[in-house]
Formats: sequence, C-alpha cells, structure tokens
Amino acid sequence: MSILSVFNQLEISHYIYLSTVLFSIGLFGVLFRRNAIILLMCIELMLNAVNLLFTAFSSYMGDADGQIFVFFIMVVAAAEAAVGLAILVLVYRNTRKTDVSFLDQLKG
Amino acid sequence: MLTLMIFLPLLGFLVNGIFGKFLPKAISGWLGTAAVLGSFVIALMSFMDLTGDTTIPERIYTKLFTFLHVGNFHVDFAFQFDRLSAVMTLIITGIGTLIHLYSIAYMHDDEGFYKFFAYLNLFIFNMLVLVLGSNYLMLFFGWEGVGLCSYLLIGFWYKNADYGKAARKAFVMNRIGDLGLLLGLFLIYDTYGSFEYQEVFRSVFAGSVESNAVNTAIALLLFIGAMGKSAQIPLYTWLPDAMAGPTPVSALIHAATMVTAGIYLVIRSEAIYALSPLAREVVMWIGLATSLMAALIGLKQNDIKKVLAYSTVSQLGLMFIALGCGAYTAALFHVITHAFFKALLFLGSGSVIHGMHHEQDIRHMGGLRKKMPITYLTFLIGTLAITGFPFLSGFFSKDEILVSAFAHNKLVFGLALISAGITGFYMFRMFFVTFHGTYRNTHHSFDKVHESPWLMTLPLLVLAVLSVIGGVVNLPHYLGEGISGILHHTLNYDGGGKFSPILIYPEHAPEIEHTTEWLLLGMAVSVFVIAFLYTRNKYVVQGAVPEADSAQTGMGKVLANKFYVDEAYDTAFVSSLEAAGEVVGNYVDDKAVKGLVDGVGSGSNGISRLLSIIQNGNIEYYLVYMVIGVALLLAFNLF
Amino acid sequence: MLQNLPIPFLVLSFLTILSALYVVTSKNPVHSVLALIFTFFTISAHYVLLNAQFLAVVNLIVYAGAIMVLFLFVLMLLNLSKESEPVKSNWWGIAAAISAGSLLLIITAAFQVSGEAVAKNPVEGIGLVKALGKVLFTRFVVPFELTGILFLAAMVGAVLLGKREKAVDALISKEESNG
Repeated sequence: MSILSVFNQLEISHYIYLSTVLFSIGLFGVLFRRNAIILLMCIELMLNAVNLLFTAFSSYMGDADGQIFVFFIMVVAAAEAAVGLAILVLVYRNTRKTDVSFLDQLKG
Repeated sequence: MLTLMIFLPLLGFLVNGIFGKFLPKAISGWLGTAAVLGSFVIALMSFMDLTGDTTIPERIYTKLFTFLHVGNFHVDFAFQFDRLSAVMTLIITGIGTLIHLYSIAYMHDDEGFYKFFAYLNLFIFNMLVLVLGSNYLMLFFGWEGVGLCSYLLIGFWYKNADYGKAARKAFVMNRIGDLGLLLGLFLIYDTYGSFEYQEVFRSVFAGSVESNAVNTAIALLLFIGAMGKSAQIPLYTWLPDAMAGPTPVSALIHAATMVTAGIYLVIRSEAIYALSPLAREVVMWIGLATSLMAALIGLKQNDIKKVLAYSTVSQLGLMFIALGCGAYTAALFHVITHAFFKALLFLGSGSVIHGMHHEQDIRHMGGLRKKMPITYLTFLIGTLAITGFPFLSGFFSKDEILVSAFAHNKLVFGLALISAGITGFYMFRMFFVTFHGTYRNTHHSFDKVHESPWLMTLPLLVLAVLSVIGGVVNLPHYLGEGISGILHHTLNYDGGGKFSPILIYPEHAPEIEHTTEWLLLGMAVSVFVIAFLYTRNKYVVQGAVPEADSAQTGMGKVLANKFYVDEAYDTAFVSSLEAAGEVVGNYVDDKAVKGLVDGVGSGSNGISRLLSIIQNGNIEYYLVYMVIGVALLLAFNLF
Repeated sequence: MLQNLPIPFLVLSFLTILSALYVVTSKNPVHSVLALIFTFFTISAHYVLLNAQFLAVVNLIVYAGAIMVLFLFVLMLLNLSKESEPVKSNWWGIAAAISAGSLLLIITAAFQVSGEAVAKNPVEGIGLVKALGKVLFTRFVVPFELTGILFLAAMVGAVLLGKREKAVDALISKEESNG
C-alpha cells in the first residue's frame, strides 16, 4: 500500500497514544533507574516520543513547522547529551560511582 | 485680637520652655508675667468693646480652622468672647497676672524657675481655651489641658515621690470625672447634632427632643465631669493632696481658676439644666453634702494650706448649691469673689510659709502679726471676706446664695447656713492660732521671721482691695436700683431682644418678702459673730493651741482623719485594682499571651522541621515530586 | 479497533514499545544502549510511514549514529559493562510506576476531553529535503543560526568539563590506594 494511504486508516489519536506510552515508559525509567547513564538514555527516549508526536501532527496537518521543530529538538538533545555525559564523567572521576543517589549534598 | 489674647500665654510657654534655661531668671519671670498681663489688657479692652457698643452682637467669634471634618461630623477650632466668657477671662488673666508677679519672688531660689513660668503660662492658655471655646469640644480641649498642667504643677518638685503621687492622684480622679464629661458630650452630639454652643442651645430651647430624659442624662453626665474638676463628693480627695504643689499653684489653679471650670460648665449649659429639675436637685444636694463635710474636716486641720484647701472644697459646694437652686448669677458672683479672697488667702499663707522658712503647721506658728504686718492685715481682710463680714465681697455673694437656697428649700438653706457658720469657725481658728498668741516654733528663731518682699505683698494688697470692694459686681437690689445687679443684668442681657442672652431661660429673682430677706441677712451676720466671738475667746483670750495629732479623740479624730475617706477609697478601689493588675501581669501576660506568642514561633518551627524532611537532597525523590506536581497541575487544568 | 489498523503500524508500534521497555528494565547498561538504538530504528520507520523521510534519515544519523555511540564510549570509558546495580526496593518501583502511570492517564484523559478535531490535510512531499529546507532557511533562519552558537557553547563546555586536573587525580589515586 502506498505510504499516503496510511492516512485513510490511521487517525491522529493512534499516534498520540503511542507517543504518550513511549513518554511514560521513558518517565518510568528516569524515576526508577539509579545509573546516571541509563537515566540520560531514558531522557532521550522521552524526547524521541515527543519528536514522534510532532512529526505525526506535522504530517496530518500538512504543516512543515512540526518537522522543523523536531529538527531543533534533536539539536538540543545532542548538545544536552554531550554536556551531560561530560558532567557524568567528571562526577565519576570524583566519586568513582555513577549512582545518582549518592549526589545528595544539597540537603535542605 | 481674640486669637492674640489666647495665644500670648502659649507663646510665653514656648519661649520659657525652650529658651528658659538660657535666660536669666528675671527675664523669664517677667516674660511670663508680661504674657498674661498682655492677655488681661486685651481682655479688658475687648470687654469694654463688647458691653459699650450696642451695635456689636452678643459675642465676638473667631474661627481659626476646621478642627475635624469627617463625613457628617464637623467641629471648628473656634473661639467666642461673650459676656460669660469675658467675665471668666478677666478673672483668669487678672488674678493670673498677680500670681505670676508673686511667683517671681516666691520661686526665686528654685532651680526650675523657668519651667514653673512655662507651666503657668501653659495653664493660662488652656484655661482660656476652656472658657473661650465656642463649642464643647474646645471646652474639653482646655479641660484636659488644665488637668495636664495641674499634674505638672502639683508634682513640680518632682524629686519628692509623695508629691508625684499627689499629682497622679489628681490626674486620675480628674480622669474619672472626664469619663462622665465625655459621655455627656457624646450624648449632646447624638441628640442635638452639633457641639457648637449656639446650635445646641437653640435646639434645646426649641424643644427638639421628645423626652426630657436625655437632657437629664446629659446634665448628670456633665456634672460628673464637674465633680472631678471642681472637687465635689466623691471626687474631691485630690484637692487637699494637691497642696503639695508650690503655693502660687494652689492659689491660681486650686482656688481661683481651674476648680471653677466645673461651675463654668454648668452655667454655660444652663439651657440643658433648666429643663431638668432632677439634675439640679442632684447638683444641689451633692454641693450641700460636700460643703458641710469639707467644712467639718477643715475644723481639725493643722496645715495652713490644707485648711484653705478644704475651705475651697466647701465654698465650691456652696456654688453648686446655688447652681442647683437655679441661681446662676449668684454662683458666678461667688466664683468672682471667691477668686479674690481665696487667692488672697493662699498667697498670704505662702507669704507666711516664706517668712517662716517653709514651716506649714499652724501649731508651730503664733504671734506673727508683729513681724509680718502687711501679710497680717491682708490675711485678716481675706478671712473677714470669706466668713461674711458685712459689706465685704464675700458677704454679698454668700448672702445671695443663701437667699436663693431659702427660696428653693428651707432645709437646704438651714444646712447651708450651718456650713457658712463652720466656715467662720475654722477660718478664725486658723487666723488666730497663726497670727496671735505666742510664738511657738522651736527650730526657727522669732527674729528671723520677716515680711515678704514687695513683689509678694503688692499682689496681696491688690487682692485685699478687690476682696473689699468686689461686692459691687452684683449688689442686692435693696441697696438701690441703679447700682444693683450688674452681673445679673450682664448674664441676662439680650440687647433689646436682638440675641439670646447667656442664660437662655431668664433668671428671676427669688420671690421673697423684704422682711424675710432682712431676717436671713441677720441670721448670716449673727452666725458670723458667734463664730468670731467663740474662736477669739478660745484661741486668743484663753490662748488654746490645737492639740497634737496623737491626742485627738472621738469625733475630733474622725474629722482630723478626713472621715477616713481616702482609706475607704484605697480599700475599695485601689487595692482591688492593684490585685487585678497583679493577676493579669503574672498569669495572663506571662502564661497566656507569652504562651501564645511562643507557641506561634515553636509551631512554625515544628512545621518547618516536618517540611524539611522532603528536602533530603536526593535527586530521585525530587524527580518523583516533579512528576507528581506536573500531573496535578494538568489535572487541575483539565477538571 | 486494533483489527482495522494496518499491519505495518501495529508491528512497528509493538516493536517500539517492547524495546523501550527493555531499555528501561535491563540490568546490563550495554544491553540498554543497544535496545535504545533499536528503538530509534523503529521510530525512524514510523517517520517513514508518516511521510517524513528526511527526519527518518536524520534521526538515524544523529541519534542512533552519534549520540548513542557517545553513550557507548562513555560506558566503555567507565567500564560499566558488568554493572550490578543494587536492586532498588520494590516500593520505589511502585512509586515510580504510579507517577508515570498517572501522568499517562491524565494526558490520555486530556486528549479524550479535548476531542479530536485535527483536519486531515496530507501534503505530498512535505517531508522531503526541498520542502523542509525552504521553510528552515526562510522562516526559521534565526533559530537555525542560534543553534550553531548553541553547539559551540556545548562543545566548549564539554571539552572544558572533561579536562583532567592533576590535583584531583592525585587525590583520587590516593583514595584508591588507601581504600
């Protein structure tokens, strides 16, 4: 079947549900995992879920702005991953651990 | 001119108060005197304008500014100079000038010299505001002001704790009376919608109130204020204690002027009192009781100033009797004559105290007439005036009061006559013991006793002359139509129907036959003679001396201890208040209030401790909180 | 409902969700990374289905090709291949599940409430480079330039953060020799 015919059978709601489920899975991962690297990866997963949603809307509404925004999200995600990992390496160097729960010096 | 007259003493107060420390004593003293003298001159000129020129309306009115204007409530800071306030002003400034003059010599070696004159000037200012205000609020302003000055001056020698207590006692008792006055004022505004004398009395006369109970209530409440200021039962015990102040203060404030503020209030509110016979009866009976009681106490007092203090209370009682009988002219007449001779007597006693180097107990005096002739002579004239020696000023005024009392109620007349008689007894007792007989002081040699300087004796002489001729103000009608009843005419003057007189309900002379009048006159004179002869016999011929305090027995002891009234007040009111204060201070304040305040602090501390558990620094917890927060936000937005 | 959906979509969604779950639950970090790469592949397939060809390719190149490789590098650097993360208590998992689940619920509910009023307006070739490029370089040229600056800042920051400091290193090696 042609690519365009997908539209006849799929509503936007399906993509919304899919995106939401992916987002929640990523969120669960962020809250549950203690390893800092896995944490960052789950954040990437969340961002991707959002990307999917934007693209879906862009396709359905025929507006290119959605995809341009995805482009920018990817840019930011890349920059954030780089800096986040640099910080992580630094923390590892100081504490020899990647466990997030040990970073509690800012106690109230 | 009116404004200048009132604010000249205030100016004197400010100059003496601020710069007095740097001025030489002579200048600050004469400055204070000049301020009051200036006011007197202006008052005299204004009075002659008022009465001489028939085109001038009944009063000179000056509004300075709007005192208060809130919604419908409007009061002006305004003065009015009408016949009643003119008479009062002349007395205040005239006698005030003489007393200022006297004080220059009397207080000359006191270190607070400039302060004294500042306070005296402030007092004159406040008293002028009181009598010259054109509405009840200005009266209250002055009323409170003179109360303050009384406190300042009674406790003038502040280093003595007892004097401070006396000052506080005066102030507190005054305040109790002021509560009544305030309530009366509120009621006046509520009923008649204004504080201005003209508007209120017009409404009263027009009979704009359905029931007269309001008027009675107002009259009684105002009288409570007068009770406090003019030392009537039950608020009179402060006056004898107020003798702790310097003698010029006693003369000015507690004899001639401030204590007459209550009388002025009642005369001014004549319209209200005229409609309330009940209030007048109350006034009369309280005046009578006070007069008798104070006279009896005076019989056994041995401090020269305390005798005069009780005498003042007694004479004020007489004035209130007159007011109660509706004889407003007689009351005002007695105010005038009493101001003359009582100021004279107080200044004379000050002269004695000065000459005796601050000895005040008459049992330690005696035979002073040889060493202080001018004081002796003037004091004699004062004594004769107060006891009613024929044709002196006191004779006429007292007689008028007795006549109006007789016309009103025979019993009141009888008791008032007795009170007048007792006056004779204690006055002559004091006079003879002080000036006649042998010199009894052991600390102070007789040679050192000296006459006072001219600055002190000159006012004595002036006042003595006034005490003699003062009766001319309101001679009784049987002495001739042309010269009689000047004061009566003044108070009832209506400019030929052009304006309402001071006494809105015109005063009629008591309807008594001439023979009865002569009879009453004779009774008064005979009482005087009896008192004179008895005391002369006892204290001059027999040379008796009042006994020591410990030797008092029976009724004498009761009188000497002032009927134990002070002790009764102490037990009834003061002790219970102090106990209540203790309870509140120790329990309510210490435990309840402190507990509450501390509780708030420790409570918030506890809550914050609870909340700080959330901030454990752990990122994971924070993340969960964030997610929950976002979820809640979205949920709220949704639903 | 699921019957009407085209097979490609169903299969792809299934694979995406499965691999996402494996990313989150795997004990081995390297496995997680590989699962994530697979997830990106499936998402790119979704993009193709949605007629966003350019994004599909870019997704693969940037995410799967660069970012994930970066993650792998760091993993290797820190030598975490045999990670034995202490198991978190169960209740923490429940708490996390509840939080995530509630957010899922709410967003779904929100969508239900708001209804679906998106007008279908398929445009031929909207996902191609030509169309996107036109929009990017005309309407979004300023953000585009700004991303260049953003990258510069990120690069500088990452390099600076990664520099080794001699004092810190000495401290750490001393700790290791002691403990």
